[in-house]
Amino acid sequence: MIPELGHFALIVALLVAIVQGVLPMIGAARRDSALMAVAVPAARAQFALVALAFGCLAWSFVTSDFSVQNVAVNSNSHLPLRYRFAATWGSHEGSLLLWALMLGGWGFAVSVFSRNLPQVLRARVLAVMGLVAIGFLLFMLAASDPFLRLVPVPPEGRDLNALLQDPGMVVHPPMLYMGYVGFSVAFAFAIAALIGGKLDASWARWSRPWTTVAWSFLTIGIALGSIWSYYTLGWGGWWFWDPVENASFMPWLAGTALIHSLAVTEKRGAFRSWTVLLAILAFSLSLIGTFLVRSGVLTSVHAFATDPARGTFILGFLAIVIGGSLTLYAFRAGAVGAGGEFAPVSRESMLLGNNILLIIALASVLLGTLYPLFIDALNLGKISVGPPYFDSVFYPLMAPMIFLMGVGPIASWRKARIPDLWTRLRWAAYVAAATGVLAPFAMGRWKPLVALGLLLAAWVAGATASALLQRLRAAPQRGIVAKLRANSPAWYGMLLAHLGVAAFIAGVTLVKGYEVERDVRLDVGQGVEVGGDTYTFRGIVPQAGPNYDALVGTVEVTRGDRHVATLRPQKRTYRASGEVMTEASIQSGILGDHYVSLGEPVTAQGTSGAWAVRIYVKPFVDWIWFGCLLMALGGFTAIADRRYRLALRHRLASVLGAAARGAT
Amino acid sequence: MKARYRRFAWIGLGLAAVGIAVALVLSAFRSNLVFFFTPSQVVAHEVPQSRPFRVGGLVEAGSLRRDPGSLTVHFLVTDTAKTVPVTYTGLLPDLFKEGKGVVAQGRMGADGAFHATEVLAKHDENYMPPEAKSAIEQAQRGPESMPSLHEARAR
Repeated sequence: MIPELGHFALIVALLVAIVQGVLPMIGAARRDSALMAVAVPAARAQFALVALAFGCLAWSFVTSDFSVQNVAVNSNSHLPLRYRFAATWGSHEGSLLLWALMLGGWGFAVSVFSRNLPQVLRARVLAVMGLVAIGFLLFMLAASDPFLRLVPVPPEGRDLNALLQDPGMVVHPPMLYMGYVGFSVAFAFAIAALIGGKLDASWARWSRPWTTVAWSFLTIGIALGSIWSYYTLGWGGWWFWDPVENASFMPWLAGTALIHSLAVTEKRGAFRSWTVLLAILAFSLSLIGTFLVRSGVLTSVHAFATDPARGTFILGFLAIVIGGSLTLYAFRAGAVGAGGEFAPVSRESMLLGNNILLIIALASVLLGTLYPLFIDALNLGKISVGPPYFDSVFYPLMAPMIFLMGVGPIASWRKARIPDLWTRLRWAAYVAAATGVLAPFAMGRWKPLVALGLLLAAWVAGATASALLQRLRAAPQRGIVAKLRANSPAWYGMLLAHLGVAAFIAGVTLVKGYEVERDVRLDVGQGVEVGGDTYTFRGIVPQAGPNYDALVGTVEVTRGDRHVATLRPQKRTYRASGEVMTEASIQSGILGDHYVSLGEPVTAQGTSGAWAVRIYVKPFVDWIWFGCLLMALGGFTAIADRRYRLALRHRLASVLGAAARGAT
Repeated sequence: MKARYRRFAWIGLGLAAVGIAVALVLSAFRSNLVFFFTPSQVVAHEVPQSRPFRVGGLVEAGSLRRDPGSLTVHFLVTDTAKTVPVTYTGLLPDLFKEGKGVVAQGRMGADGAFHATEVLAKHDENYMPPEAKSAIEQAQRGPESMPSLHEARAR
C-alpha cells in the first residue's frame, strides 16, 4: 500500500509540475496575475508530493519491504538502519527520486524567499523549475519507477553494494545533489531574464545568494566524496580524475566562474550576457554529469543503469534543455546587453581573467572526460585518459588564476593602478617568495613544483590577510569590533573562501610532493620503516560485524621508542553478497596521516601467516578537505549578508505568521 | 578609437589563453593517452613497444602464482583465444579473482611478459570491465570482425 501511495504521489506531482511549468509562463506573457499566482502554490504542492513519494520509498527501505523490487535488489534486513535509509538513494531509481526531491525543495525555497521579486520574474523562475521537474518526473514514471513491485516476494534482499555501506553514503549524495540541483535556481533566473529581456543589478542580487548556496553545497559534496574514496577504496588517493569525479567537478568550475561573474554583474552591471551563459552552462553540466553517471555510459561504482532506453531518454532531455536554452540565449542575449566599461587593469578585468581561465580549465576537463567516449563510439579503439593528462593541463591553467586571486580583491573597480597594487601587495609577495624558497627545506627536500605550490598558497593567504588588514586600518570607526563590523559578511565570506583555496593548495602540494606509498610483505611481528616511522604487524584476529565478518589486523606505529598509533585495518566479507571490502585504518593529524590497509595473505599458512600490507604516509592531506570546508563556509557566510538577510528575516516572519494564523 | 584597440587587446589575450590551453592539451594528449589492446593483439605484436598500454580479459583459472618472499604475482590474461603472461608487484584489488575480468596497465618487458604497473578490477561481483568484455567478444568472433558499437556497449 505504501509503495502505491508513493507511486500515486509521483503521478500527481507530475501533473502539478505541468501546471507549474505552463500556466505561470502563459500568465507572465499575458500579464495575467491570476495565472502567475498559480506558481507559488504549485511549487509548494509539488515539493510536498515528491517528499511524500520519497518518504514512502524510504519507509519501504527502512521496513525492508522486499515486495518492492528496488528494495529487494539494494537492501537486506541485516543492514544497519542508517544504511537501510541511505539505500533509498543507493539505486538508479532512488537517486533520481532524490534529485526530484532536491529540485522540489529548491522550488519550495524559492517560493518562500521570493516575495520581493517582481511577480512576472517570480512566476517565470518557478515555471522554469516546474518544466525541469516535468522532465525528471516523467523519466522516473516512464523508465525508472522506484516503486515497482516484485512477484513472488523474495524472503531476503540482495544487499546494498558493500562499497556503499559507509557513513559517506549517508551524507555525500544528498550534499552533492543539493549543489547540482541548486544550480537549477540560477538557471531558472537566467532563463526568466532572457525571456523578459530585463537583466540588471537587482536581478543579479536576487540570483546571487541562490548560486552561492548551491555552490557551497556542491563544494561540501565533492569534498565528502573525495574523503570517502580516500579511506574506502584503499588506494589512499583523494582525487583520481575519474570521469565520475569530473562530472561533479565541471559544474563546480562553471559555478565558481558564475559566482564571480555575478559579483561583477551586481556591482558594475557588466558581464551580463556572459553571466547568463554561465548560469545555463552550470546547470547544463549538472545535467550532463547526471547523464554521464547514471546512464551507464561510464562504468564505475556510480553507474547503475544498463537500460539503453534510459540513456536515450536522458540524452533527449539534455538536448531539449541545453539546446532550448542556448537557442533562447542566441535570440535574446542581445536584449540583455553587455554592460559597463572598464580599464585593462581593474577588478573587472581580473575577474574576467579568472572566468576565462576557469572556463578553459573546464573545457580541458570536459575534453579529457568525453574524448574516450567519442573514440569508443566512433569505433576507433578503446583508450583511457589518465590523471597525467589532467595534471599537466589543469595545474598550468590554475597557476595564473591563483595569482589573480591575490590581486583581484584588492584592485579597485573600473580602473586600478599597478604601482598602487604593488604597494598594497608588496608584503604578500615577499612572504610568498620566502615561503616558496624556504618552506620546502622544512619538509626535507627542495622540489621546484613544491616551491611553486607553496608560493601560490602563501601568496593567496598573504594577499587575503593584506586585504583584511588594509580594510580595517582604513575604516573610520574606532575599536577593532566596530572596524570589523564595518565590512559586509559577503566580503568576509570571500576572504574565508580564498583562505580555503590557500589551505587547499598547500595540502595538495605537500601531499603530492612528499607522500610515501609502500606495498610490503609483513610477517607477524615484522616491522618496516616508512617515512621515519616503524610499522610493526601484530597479526590478524577475526571479528564479526552486524552484517559482515571482518579480519582485523593490528599495526603498531612507533617512532624510536615513542608510540605513535595503533592502526586496525580490516578486510570485510559481507555475508549477504559475499563481497570483499578493504577498510583502511587512518591516524589523522594536522601534519598528515598514517594510513594502513590490508592486501591479502601471501603465504600458504593463510590468514595467520604473512600479509601484503599497504602503508602510506600522507603529509598535510587533511588540509585539502579543510580548505574545501573553508570555501563552503565562506559561501554560507556571504549569504548572511545584510542585504539578503533583511529580506530573509522578513520572509520567514511572514511565512511563520501565516502558518500560525492557519493553525489557530 | 581607444575602446576599439582595447577590445582588440582583450580578444588577443583571450586567443592567446586559448592557444596556450590548446597547446597544453595537445601535448598532454600525445603523451598521456593510453590505448587498450586485447591479448590476441598482444600475441600478434600489434602493440606499442615503447609506451604503456592496457590489456584486458579474464584471469585464467589456476594461473595465479606468487613469488615467495615478495609481493610479485604472475598470472595469465586470456580473451579465450590467446593468453598473455602478466607480472605485477603490489597489492591486488579486492575483486581480483581467477576466472574474473581484469584490466592491467603497463608495458611489454624483454622477457615477453606484460609488466603491469596498475591492475584494475572494479567494485561489483557481476561487473566485467568493458574493455575485458569486448576483448573476449572480439576473440570469439575472430579477428576480422571488429565489435560494433552496440555489441561493445551491451553489458
